[in-house]
Amino acid sequence: MLSLTDITLTFPDGDGRVTAVDRANLEVARGTVAGLTGPSGSGKSSLLAVAATLVQPDSGRVEIAGVDATSVSQKEAAQLRRERIGIVFQQSNLLPSLTAREQLLVMGELDGSAKDKAARTRAADELLGIVGLGDHRESRPAALSGGQRQRVNIARALMGDPAVLIVDEPTSALDRARSEEIIGLVVDLTRDLGTATLLVTHDLALMPRFDTTHQMLDGALTPLTESETPAGVPGVPVSG
Amino acid sequence: MFLAWRDMLFARGRFALITAVVLLMTLLIGLLSGLTGGLAQQNISAVQALEGDRTVIAGETFDESELSQSQVDAWEDAEAVTGVREVGILRFQIDPADGDSSGDAADADADDESADEVPTNDGDASEEDAEASGSGLSASLFGGTEDSPSRDGRVRLSPSAADDLAVTDGDHVTVLGIDLTVEVLDEDRWYSHTPVAYVTMDDWREMELRLGREDVAATALMVDLADSADAEAIDGLADETSTTASGSLSSLMAIGSFRSEIGSLLMMVGMLFGISALVVGAFFTVWTMQRTGDIAVLKALGASTPALLRDALGQSLMVLIAGVGGGIALTTALGLGVSGVVPFVVTWYTTLLPAALLIVLGLAGAGFALRSVTRADPLTALGSAR
Repeated sequence: MLSLTDITLTFPDGDGRVTAVDRANLEVARGTVAGLTGPSGSGKSSLLAVAATLVQPDSGRVEIAGVDATSVSQKEAAQLRRERIGIVFQQSNLLPSLTAREQLLVMGELDGSAKDKAARTRAADELLGIVGLGDHRESRPAALSGGQRQRVNIARALMGDPAVLIVDEPTSALDRARSEEIIGLVVDLTRDLGTATLLVTHDLALMPRFDTTHQMLDGALTPLTESETPAGVPGVPVSG
Repeated sequence: MFLAWRDMLFARGRFALITAVVLLMTLLIGLLSGLTGGLAQQNISAVQALEGDRTVIAGETFDESELSQSQVDAWEDAEAVTGVREVGILRFQIDPADGDSSGDAADADADDESADEVPTNDGDASEEDAEASGSGLSASLFGGTEDSPSRDGRVRLSPSAADDLAVTDGDHVTVLGIDLTVEVLDEDRWYSHTPVAYVTMDDWREMELRLGREDVAATALMVDLADSADAEAIDGLADETSTTASGSLSSLMAIGSFRSEIGSLLMMVGMLFGISALVVGAFFTVWTMQRTGDIAVLKALGASTPALLRDALGQSLMVLIAGVGGGIALTTALGLGVSGVVPFVVTWYTTLLPAALLIVLGLAGAGFALRSVTRADPLTALGSAR
C-alpha cells in the first residue's frame, strides 16, 4: 500500500518559502484507486512527486509497500521507483527511438537487471496485450495514436510489477471516449494486479470510477464530498 | 547499450554524419602523422642508428659541429667515459665514377674559397650542385659508424641512393675526387632529407682535407659512459670542452632540419587532436541536451545515473570506434599506397597511437555532455512540462 502521513512540502519562493503540501494524510490500499483532483497550483503534482519519491518532503512519512521512503538517498529512491513504483505520466513520455515493446524493456536493460530476457519479453508482450496493443509491439511512438501511446505508458509503468502506481492526469490530452477507456483500463489493472493507485485528474466526471476521492486546495488535502462532484453522477465514493 | 544502439539506429543520419566527421578527422590526423613520421625518418634515421650513451657535438647542431683533436682527447681521457667513437658527417655530392663531380678535388684544392661555398651545413647548395652535374646525388657521408665499411676506398650506399646513381655493388663513385667502390646497404638511411652513404673515418678525413678543413677531427663523438658516471660530471665535462652531450633522443634535436620541421608538424597534429575532441564534444553536448527530457523520464522511472552515463559514454565510444577505425583503415591503405612515392611511415605510432589518442580525447569531449545526464531532473517528467 501507499501511505502518506502528515506530509509537508515547501519550495523556495523569493526570500521565503511557499507551502505546496500542508500536512497531508493519505492511505491507498492494494487493489484500490485513490482519485485526486484540485485546481492548478493546488499542490496535486507536488503530492504526487512526494508519493513517487521524486522529491523528499520537509516533514512527514512516506511508506511504499511497507518501506519507509521518507529520507532515502537518491540512489535508494531510484531503486524504489524501479522495483516498487510505477509512474504513468501526463504526457506519454515515450522514447522516440524505441518500439512499444522496447519501451517496456528499456529499464531492465539499462540497469542490467534483464537477466532473463526471454521472460521479460514475454511479460512485456503480455502487458501490451492486456492494454490492447498486442498488434503494435513493434510500433514506435510516432506510429501510435495518443490513446495508444498512453496505453504503452500504462503498460510501461506496470512492467516492474509495482506495488504502487502513480498516475498523473493520464487523460488530459484525450477526448471523452478515450479518457473513459484509459481510466477504465487503470482501474481494471489496479484490481487485477493489486496495486495501490493514486491518480490525479482535473476531470471530476471521472471521480465515480475511483474507490476514494480527494481534493487539494492550497496545499491541503481533503476528502471530496458528494456535493462537489458533478450532478447526476451517482454513488460517489468518498474517502474517510 | 540497449538505448544507445537504438538511438543511433533511429537517428542514423545524424550519427552517420558525426561518424563521417570523426573518420575524416582521423584520416587527416593519420595522414599528417604518417607524413610527420616519414619526414622525421628522412631526417633522423642515420643518427638514430648511431650507438652510444651520449652524443657529443660542438655547437648546437650536427651541421655546425667541428670537433678538434683536443676536444676528442678530452672526452677520451675522461674517467666517466669508457669508450669514444668518432663520427664524421659531410654533406656533399656523390658522382658516378664517370660523372662530372661538381666537388672535384682539384677544384677544392685549387680554390679553397669555392670549396667553402659547398658548406656541410647547406643542403640546398649541395642539391644545386647535384642538379648542375645532372648525374650526381646530394648525400650525407657518414664516417666512422657501425655501418661504415671496414676498408678505405669503399662506400656503403642506401639502396635509394644507389638507384638514383644507377650503381650497384662493385661499381665506383667519386666524392671530391676520391674513388670509392660501392656496397649497397639493405635498408635506406637518411640524414636531413638526404640519403646516407657510409665511408671510413680516414676517407671522411681525406674529404675534409680536400675541402680545406684540416683542423676538424670529427663531427660528433658517440660516447659510452661508465656505470658510475653521473649526469653532473658529464655536463661539467661538456662545459669544459665547449661541447654539448645529449642522450639519444635529445641528440635528434641537433639535426637542424628535424628541429625546425617537427615542431610545426606536431603542432598541427596537436591542434587536430584538439579540434577532434571539440567536434565530438560539441556533437554529443547538443545530442544529449536534446535528450534531456528522455533522460529525466528514465530517471523518474528509476534508471540510475551511472547506468545512463554508461549508456551515453557507450554511444560515444561506438561512434568513435567506428569513425576512428574507418579512418585508420583508410589511412593505412592510403599510406601503404603512397609510401614509396612520398615520405610516409605506416607503423603503430602513426596509426594505433593517434587512434587511441583520438578515442580518449573524443571520450573526454563527450564527457562534457554527460553533465546534461547527471543534471537531468526526474521531477520535470511529471506534469505537462515536456
